[in-house]
Amino acid sequence: MTTIDAHVGASTQAKGTSPSFVAAIGNWVTSSDHKKIGKIFIGCSLLFALSPSILGALFGFERMTPGSTGIVGAGAVTQLVSLYHFDLVFGVLAPLFIGLAIAVVPMQVGARSIAFPRLAQYSLWAWLFGSALVAASLIANGGPGGGSSNMVDLYFLGLGLTIVGLVAASISIATTVLTARAPGMALDYVPPFTWAALVGSIATIVSLPVALSTIIYVYVDHTHAALALGGKGIETTLSWAFSQPQTFVFVVMALGVLAEIAPITARVRQPLRPIVLTGIALITTAVLGAVTQSQHLVDFSGSNAVKTFVPFIVFNGLPLLGVLITVAVSMLSLKEGKPAVNGQFALAVLGALMILVGVAGNFLQNVKATNLSGTVFAEAVTVYLVYGGLLAAMGAIAHWAPKLWGRTLPTQKLLGLAALGVIGTIAAAFPLYIAGFSDQPANALGSFTYDGPIALWNALSGIGHALIALVVIAFIGLLIDAVRNGAQATDDPWNGHTLEWAIPSPAPVNNFAELAQVGSPEPVLDAKPASQEASA
Amino acid sequence: MSIALPAAPAPAPRRQVLIATVLASAAGSMVMAGLLATWLKFRAAAPTRPSSDGLVIIKDWMPKSVVIPEVVTNLTLFAFVILCVMAQWAVYSAKRAQSTHRSLAIGTTFLMGLAALNSQIAVWNQMKLELAKSAYNTMFYTVTGAMVVFIAVGLAFSAVAFFRSVGGRDDDKQVVTSHALYWYFCTAAYVAMWFVVYVQK
Repeated sequence: MTTIDAHVGASTQAKGTSPSFVAAIGNWVTSSDHKKIGKIFIGCSLLFALSPSILGALFGFERMTPGSTGIVGAGAVTQLVSLYHFDLVFGVLAPLFIGLAIAVVPMQVGARSIAFPRLAQYSLWAWLFGSALVAASLIANGGPGGGSSNMVDLYFLGLGLTIVGLVAASISIATTVLTARAPGMALDYVPPFTWAALVGSIATIVSLPVALSTIIYVYVDHTHAALALGGKGIETTLSWAFSQPQTFVFVVMALGVLAEIAPITARVRQPLRPIVLTGIALITTAVLGAVTQSQHLVDFSGSNAVKTFVPFIVFNGLPLLGVLITVAVSMLSLKEGKPAVNGQFALAVLGALMILVGVAGNFLQNVKATNLSGTVFAEAVTVYLVYGGLLAAMGAIAHWAPKLWGRTLPTQKLLGLAALGVIGTIAAAFPLYIAGFSDQPANALGSFTYDGPIALWNALSGIGHALIALVVIAFIGLLIDAVRNGAQATDDPWNGHTLEWAIPSPAPVNNFAELAQVGSPEPVLDAKPASQEASA
Repeated sequence: MSIALPAAPAPAPRRQVLIATVLASAAGSMVMAGLLATWLKFRAAAPTRPSSDGLVIIKDWMPKSVVIPEVVTNLTLFAFVILCVMAQWAVYSAKRAQSTHRSLAIGTTFLMGLAALNSQIAVWNQMKLELAKSAYNTMFYTVTGAMVVFIAVGLAFSAVAFFRSVGGRDDDKQVVTSHALYWYFCTAAYVAMWFVVYVQK
């Protein structure tokens, strides 16, 4: 037997010694262990999730009386709305799943380390410092419409650094899947989450650099004012990076989480597995819509019906089809097996359903006859996607907690959080769907009116966001409590199918002491007695 | 392992540096594609006006005073072609363990990269555009500046590959191949930029 990689720069301590606080911090900060890097990504993203949920609550209550002066001053609206969108997409959705992929993918493919661990480490700090710079610049009157020139420049630096960090992490993840798989693990044998991480990473690699090129232009324009983009230049040229279909690229891993957890919950092998992988890949066709940076509206009324229908169906229909296929075929495993519903499955499936509602909403929004373009409907789509992704990510964290922390999270409490989370998501987003049909404008906190219960829709949305903030706090508390006081998890608590369940809990620094031969998509299930698999 | 799985034979050689270079080059290509797409968008949106005799429609995009030194830009294109040949020579030599040829080829690649960098700076010096004077000027420096960054990264890659080669790393085929691949990307990026910025203007 051989090992497949020498771990690069793993920070280890001698057994039996307890490091000082400073040494422990240094160990975490400089570690190239992919699990530690992933856990810092996950932890910081969860903390970031509090920001958009609190801001969303604030916006909801502010919008209840759009005609009057409220909590948010008129001068701060653009900055706060920008911070809200940045946090939703680049503070929560993208890094949460990238962190999960960094932590889990090497274990799933049977590698001892992530490819280019120092690059993964760099990506973490680039994203974290970049995000902090963006937040600081927006708070200090920078960003879109900002009055402080230096802070606007800082915003560009922060956003650029964030994007470089996410692209670097994606290169590390994609290279791991493409080159570090265990012997015998063909690409169609990789677990669904790893497959989603691969296609999601590649989609990130080809889409986010376009945003980087836009940042360069807008920065030069801000410095020299030659392109005459003006104060709204950032919004008009970069808003695509914070909305649909770019967000689809980041939620693809959430669907991978469902496809991973569903057959384990049902205790069967995933039926129609290639179809699931195809569905996941179809979602990433959204990258085509993202890089073209234009809204592909279909106009059935004019003579351009066919001309507009083709790009519409390619850019909006294919991702929806992908989500539908992935959710439907993952659910099929429940019918085939004997499911014992648990907290992580509830979170994953409810999160995926919220994403489905969001992607379907995006499809509807791009039908010109609905007149939803430019309304708060688009904001609701993003909320469905991000909060759906957040729920699925919580499911993933609970699922892989035994490998990452050596602990399991209490199922009953997770079920409660799943219920609260889905109520919060629907309350935060669905009223805005309705308000969108009443032409409530997007990104505006005041100066609008329409016939309808303005206060009700926006209050409900605010309450929904506040509920999500509570769910995030409760989940973080649950995780900390489990890590500090929880019972030690067994090596394979869920009767798993893939390679990570063949190693001890928590996973050791180099994951695998020995290398295994893989002969199917479920190598660990193959090695178990047949009694552990539910009969169809 | 907690669950006994069949033992695996030694894994096949992996090409992590090569795959990562492919992915990084894809990212770089999208940066250049984004820059050029915005260039084309701005050019298409530039205001038009009739000429003084009313016979021709003039597009106010490239200032009349701007003259592109086509000899230098075309020579840069040739430099890139030669650069690709040299980089491929390095790959050929590495595969046949011809260490002297490999080092010579990588060194020549570095020099050609330096020549490309030098000629781009010569273009800037000859055109003497004022950065903030017009949208064209600003975008010109943004696009060509990005290309200079790509070339600088390639030079650093060549320097690393060269020192590894002269240091006696005869089994360094992957780094040499990745190095060549990066320069192919740079050449493709330059060809696209040359066509849009220097030919179509």
